[in-house]
Amino acid sequence: MFGYLVGRLIQAMMVVFVMSVIVFVGVYAIGNPIDVMIDPGASQEIRENLIRQYGFDQPLWQQYFTFVGNVFQGDLGRSMVYNIPVTSLVFSRLPATLELVLVSVGIATLIGVPAGMYAGYRPNGIPAKLIMALSVLGFSVPTFWIGMLLIMGFAVNLGWLPSGGRGEVGHVLWFKTSLVTSDGWAHVIMPAVNLSLFKMGLMIRLTRAGMVEAMGTDYVRFARAQGLPDRQIVFGHIMRNISIPLVTVFGLELGSTLAFAVVTETVFNWPGVGKLIIDSILQLDRPVMVSYLVMVVLLFVMINLVVDLIYAQLDPRVRLKGGS
Amino acid sequence: MTAALDVKGLTTRFETRAGHVTAVNDVSFAVQPGRIMGLVGESGSGKSVTGFSILGLIDAPGEVTAGAVLVDGVDLRQLSTEDLRKMRGRKVAMVFQDPMMTLNPVLRVGDQMTMAVRVHQPMSKSDALQHARKALEVVGIPSPAERLKAYPHQLSGGMRQRVAIAMALLHSPSVIIADEATTALDVSIQGQILAEVRELADETGAAIVWITHDLAVVSSLADDICVMYAGRIVERGTAEQVIGGPRHPYTQGLLDSIPARHEPGRKLPQIPGSTPQLSRLPEGCPFQPRCPRATDLCRTEPPLDVRDGQAVLCHHPLEGV
Repeated sequence: MFGYLVGRLIQAMMVVFVMSVIVFVGVYAIGNPIDVMIDPGASQEIRENLIRQYGFDQPLWQQYFTFVGNVFQGDLGRSMVYNIPVTSLVFSRLPATLELVLVSVGIATLIGVPAGMYAGYRPNGIPAKLIMALSVLGFSVPTFWIGMLLIMGFAVNLGWLPSGGRGEVGHVLWFKTSLVTSDGWAHVIMPAVNLSLFKMGLMIRLTRAGMVEAMGTDYVRFARAQGLPDRQIVFGHIMRNISIPLVTVFGLELGSTLAFAVVTETVFNWPGVGKLIIDSILQLDRPVMVSYLVMVVLLFVMINLVVDLIYAQLDPRVRLKGGS
Repeated sequence: MTAALDVKGLTTRFETRAGHVTAVNDVSFAVQPGRIMGLVGESGSGKSVTGFSILGLIDAPGEVTAGAVLVDGVDLRQLSTEDLRKMRGRKVAMVFQDPMMTLNPVLRVGDQMTMAVRVHQPMSKSDALQHARKALEVVGIPSPAERLKAYPHQLSGGMRQRVAIAMALLHSPSVIIADEATTALDVSIQGQILAEVRELADETGAAIVWITHDLAVVSSLADDICVMYAGRIVERGTAEQVIGGPRHPYTQGLLDSIPARHEPGRKLPQIPGSTPQLSRLPEGCPFQPRCPRATDLCRTEPPLDVRDGQAVLCHHPLEGV
């Protein structure tokens, strides 16, 4: 177990290293931020001073090592646009995205998994067909369009919910979150539902597939031959088996939603990291882009590690080996 | 003495694109307590479907359309779904072919067994575990307490099948149906398990239906034998009668195909052709196209010929003993 964790940690560090190189080179190739930042009428002298100040006159590899050196001292650089440290910029936005994503993945799982289980348990019934049809809509209708429909319906016409933005925040430990105030919930619920639809469709289809497969297995037949009631067969025997692929997808979805909730955040004007990264790309804010992407990589690596650990808990046949 | 299991005219049909397929056709047999009945047939003869039909475990598009299944005098076919469920595992238990697949891979043996215990006998978890441990002891599993903590993949194939048999024994059922229970195992393990099954039948008085394609296994184990072909029982009698003096040409053909019964070096006799598709059965006797004794008469339904309790469904039965 310990060897396994160490192995995974080394693996994670390699991934982060490779990613940082790719991101650094990629961002360098996009364009020169100086051109965007300064007044086109500025004198050549000011221009060159600025280039020197940011170290853009040095060769790429040297810039990279300066960056890495700073990172090891906990300094991810300063945003060229906001002129504040990147870490505080990202961390000021991260809780907003985090709460949006957790609520939406929660909704998707709490509705999608039971619905999928039912659809797989009685696959020929009308409710199952209805659930499956809805799941197709869930991941084929564009997110932004549903988002706008929701705003039209619940914010403009009915006036029940605010159309965008983040609500009042409260303090929990050292976090600021809107999930402790009713105004916060009113703001978060619509974007969260919007963001959850795709994932819900995915969860439904995945759960149903697992359920249908499990219902035909010999161990289910054997359980039925023992006289176990269906409820116990589903929750005692099948649930654990089908949760194995679900956990994997749950982890992947959690990661990708955290990193790329951009569309929903834009439609609902949600002050999360998704909007931050889009703005940074538009303004060629290099330090923000690089640090954000490296953080996303770290996040994915961590989520995958947790998923693997849960996996091993669920399936006794999985052995965690160190250093493979 | 009432039979532990009395199957009368059991018929199971499947709805397929090619029309109705009768997988089990008017099957009747009875098993007395403590006796072992071998149900023999090639793949596709309907022997497994017979097993599932007895337990009422036929899923759509299949359906048991006729017949009665009396267990200790109670007709399972007349029971409500819920009452039938309560009979399964308690009065009639079943063991399946593949011990790799019949145990849930992600649950400990003990958890699976306690679930099976408590569904029919409400008791505390630790009492249920005790009960499970005793059942494992009965089927000859060494250090049963440790096995209860194991996951199925940590046990050998033979061990797993013993666990499955122990689970079938949990509630001392009147009837145990074993569907190819030793087919997937090594010959030596198979021998051990067969000996234990024989002992169990004698000791517990359970009636056992041993479903297999292997006539050699059945001849050493069973008291009575039913031979199935294309959904029907074509010959029924005691083991001595059926093995010693088969009267149906199909049974004769099966016996001739057992390699151990022949001198080495000689060509092994075989039944020509293969089992007919149930959706395209020949007219009259289904064995007629493969039968060495077939005549034009065989295109009509064969009559049931009974002699000394040995029943055979044939126009031209062999002499027998």
